[in-house]
Amino acid sequence: MSPALSSAGSPSGSPTVAADASDRVAPPSVFQPRRLAALVRKESLQIVRDPSALVIAFVLPVVMLFLFAYAVSLDVEGVRLGLVLEDGGVAARELAAGFAATPFFDVLTVHDRRQVEDMLVAGTLRGIVVIPQDFDRALAGGTPRLQVITDGAQPNTANFVSGYAEGVLATWLASRQTSTSSGGVQLEPRYWFNPEIESRRFLVPGAIAIVMTMIGTLLTALVMAREWERGTMEALFSTPSGIVEILIGKLLPYFALGLLATLGCTALASTVFEVPLRGSLVALLLLTSTFLIPALGQGLLISALARNQFVASQLALLSGFLPAFLLSGFLFNIESMPGWIQLITRVIPARYFVSSLQTVFLAGDVWPIFVRDILAMLAVGAVFFGLTAATTRKSLDR
Amino acid sequence: MDTAVEIRGLVKRFDDLEALASINADVLVGTLTGLVGPDGAGKTTLMRIMAALMAPTEGTVQLAGFDVVRDADHIHVVTGYMPQRFGLYEDLSVLENLELYASLRGLRGGERSATFDRLLAFTRLGPFTRRLAGQLSGGMKQKLGLACALMARPRVLLLDEPSVGVDPVSRQDLWRMVGELTEEGMAVVWSTAYLDEAERCDSVLLLDGGQLLFDGPPRDLTGRLVGRSLRVSGLGDNRREFLATALDHAAVCDGVIQGSGVRLVLAEEGGTSAVLAEEGGTSADVSAGETNRVAVEKLCAAHGAQLVTVEPRFEDAFIDLLGGGPEGRSAIAERFGDVALDGDVAVSCRDLSKHFGTFVATDKVSFDVQRGEIFGLLGPNGAGKSTTFKMLCGLLKPTSGDAQVVGVDLRTAANTAKLRLGYMAQKFSLYGLLSVRQNLEFFSGVYGLSGANRRQRIQEMIETFGLERFLDASPDLLPLGFKQRLALACALMHRPPVLFLDEPTSGVDPITRREFWTHINGLVRRGVTVLVTTHFMDEAEYCDRVALMYQARLIALDSPDALKASAASTEHPEPTMEQAFITLVEAQLVEAQLAEVQLAATQATPPGVAA
Repeated sequence: MSPALSSAGSPSGSPTVAADASDRVAPPSVFQPRRLAALVRKESLQIVRDPSALVIAFVLPVVMLFLFAYAVSLDVEGVRLGLVLEDGGVAARELAAGFAATPFFDVLTVHDRRQVEDMLVAGTLRGIVVIPQDFDRALAGGTPRLQVITDGAQPNTANFVSGYAEGVLATWLASRQTSTSSGGVQLEPRYWFNPEIESRRFLVPGAIAIVMTMIGTLLTALVMAREWERGTMEALFSTPSGIVEILIGKLLPYFALGLLATLGCTALASTVFEVPLRGSLVALLLLTSTFLIPALGQGLLISALARNQFVASQLALLSGFLPAFLLSGFLFNIESMPGWIQLITRVIPARYFVSSLQTVFLAGDVWPIFVRDILAMLAVGAVFFGLTAATTRKSLDR
Repeated sequence: MDTAVEIRGLVKRFDDLEALASINADVLVGTLTGLVGPDGAGKTTLMRIMAALMAPTEGTVQLAGFDVVRDADHIHVVTGYMPQRFGLYEDLSVLENLELYASLRGLRGGERSATFDRLLAFTRLGPFTRRLAGQLSGGMKQKLGLACALMARPRVLLLDEPSVGVDPVSRQDLWRMVGELTEEGMAVVWSTAYLDEAERCDSVLLLDGGQLLFDGPPRDLTGRLVGRSLRVSGLGDNRREFLATALDHAAVCDGVIQGSGVRLVLAEEGGTSAVLAEEGGTSADVSAGETNRVAVEKLCAAHGAQLVTVEPRFEDAFIDLLGGGPEGRSAIAERFGDVALDGDVAVSCRDLSKHFGTFVATDKVSFDVQRGEIFGLLGPNGAGKSTTFKMLCGLLKPTSGDAQVVGVDLRTAANTAKLRLGYMAQKFSLYGLLSVRQNLEFFSGVYGLSGANRRQRIQEMIETFGLERFLDASPDLLPLGFKQRLALACALMHRPPVLFLDEPTSGVDPITRREFWTHINGLVRRGVTVLVTTHFMDEAEYCDRVALMYQARLIALDSPDALKASAASTEHPEPTMEQAFITLVEAQLVEAQLAEVQLAATQATPPGVAA
């Protein structure tokens, strides 16, 4: 037991310190589990009574999972395509029927390219496929030509249009071959880990990373700034409680909240969105715990710099949420980014979390990857906590 | 007596700003020390340094023998500190707040429960332990904050502006509690911007602009002014005219309207002979002490008024220390031109009510404001003044009832009415990102001025308020007095016959406050009608009539003198405005508290609290 506790807390001690000799003050102790417990209890009560914290922890994940599972699907279907059928031959009409039959395209068939060019410019069509006048004849001669015009302003969609157009052509050619001759080579692709190549399979684990960033960084920065704004931080500082107790008392409840939210997301992912957890729950919780260290550290650092909620939320969104969204490899492939941006992604903890989350959900427990990612997250976390320790003192001086 | 706090050569700088300039002072054990001064004087900085929350730039501060820099941890053990806004967790219940601070201060077992019992009895918060702190009234929050600060029996109790946002009745309670604590031997420091509170302290540290102006018992300061504080009565409707004349008189150091009369402070003797010579002088054998008095007596005689010597107040002494108040003429009022208005009633409301959900902010308020009158809405924070006020200037839609400004119905033609009124919001509401000139241009545009007229008005405001020097500066960087002038200039740009002032002088030092009222008095003499809200009780004395609001209702409406007279008792034959307010509220409060206790007894536990 610490000396402060025994003297200040003992019922036999003098009831009025003021009347006592001035030397009889217990030397204060820097860390006391009881004070930490009181702070944790206080913070937990506040979380339970604060609807916004619960919304971020439990409602936001549901909304995000639904959005990423259904609305932000990267699979393209029903792209509006103009088909210019300049040739009226049998082969050309067959090919046109092939385009109309695929679910990927929503086809508008015309006979003059001028009818659809304006629509491509206006954006009502995403691409034009031209089957030229001499298609049938050229086919007989061996080198038929097909023109694909796409909207380069939307590179993703443009790639899909040309890619799928080639696919339709290949299918059509293949079907001609099987009907005319019985030879030929057939390609049978297999997609590991995500056999149906559904984007939600890898978006849902990524969404969990976003939610953890929100809880760890945004919520922590906000509640710390709130203590500054309401003057309660000043009151806490004036008590014997040490700065380490105050900070840890703040972090522990949000750490627990983060783990709870992860469990909720996982349950939702595997039941509603049919994204199975192939790895173990232990690995998942270990990864989440590790990620929460840099995330909470970042939140603390922000609140050490900005002592009002507005600035804190701006900083948290810019430095936490946006990088986790854009640079974590969750939506955009890191390998296709320019080299210097790839370098930046290396200091973003969400990058490591997203990669190992996708592994634990889609592949299983691959410990070499986990250990690599965990070490990286710990390193970033150590930097944040180091900076926080260097900038935070139990003082109102800045 | 023992020294609890010892301050030696204390300097505190924030970048370029010197918040405290070489302060030397002692706080004694067993005394109530008032840390008094206007906003920005450096009170909070000094409090925080004593609480070991900030380090001095130079000098030393020792509290209970501990150095605030070296032994900060010890100081956090032996002091109780209540920051402004109480430092309470509003989403925790009364008991949960107490439990938190008890644990942080290491109270356990039997001592813990004994302390809770003692503090709950002391603060009379016993019936409300399960209520969330955010749902307490200002006074109850204050007491809870005090209880939390008292948790480990501190040797030194530091209270930063404990009386802000607290109704006068709760404030009485607070004084009683602090009195008991000092009797037990605690050293209590009470910081306040209300100068009248200084008179109730055992000792006073008077701060202004970071300088310590006075250190000692308040009587020592007011004692210097004995015989120099006067009250002039029998002025009829001419008191504002008289005040303006008197303030320009060299024999007068300070003056304010006080009910139907005028309160004057004579200038200190010496340096006034030139003026007296100008006025014809007095015989050389008249002693210096009588000279100024004789001059003022003459002035009173010329106005047919009577003069009596009254007890000096702390504020008189403060103004005197600073070398006297501003002059009595208002340049803006002189340029304003007389206001013509149809009818005698400028503003009226009938059964005006405003509900926010189930909360009643204003409950069936009715009154008429006469043309050319200064009408005050007085009451503690949360009494409903601001809500009532905002309905009257068309910023809030009433739930029920009628309101008219210059004969225009606010329910149907709020925008027409707005063009006929000037509005100065709390904290001045100027645009910090625009320059002074751009602010003037913006407000003139908003009020529909254009072309040559607009340029002329802007130029006029710049000249009369002396704003040339600051035209390209941001209002945020202006000295407080000029900021206030600019805000007033913006509200007067379109020469409105009715002026609404919402807490115009809160956070303003007494000199700037006097300058402001000089303008207002001048405008009223031009026929402008003024509605003002205030929680400064003595400011209510500047009004012709005062409406007292308490808990959403209008509980009294009369002239300041009549209100004071109605509260006169054998105990207080000549009550101050504050005492009058307390008397008027007390009857209502007893009722309300009874209801509250009953409510608390039947109330269910707050959400999330285990029963």
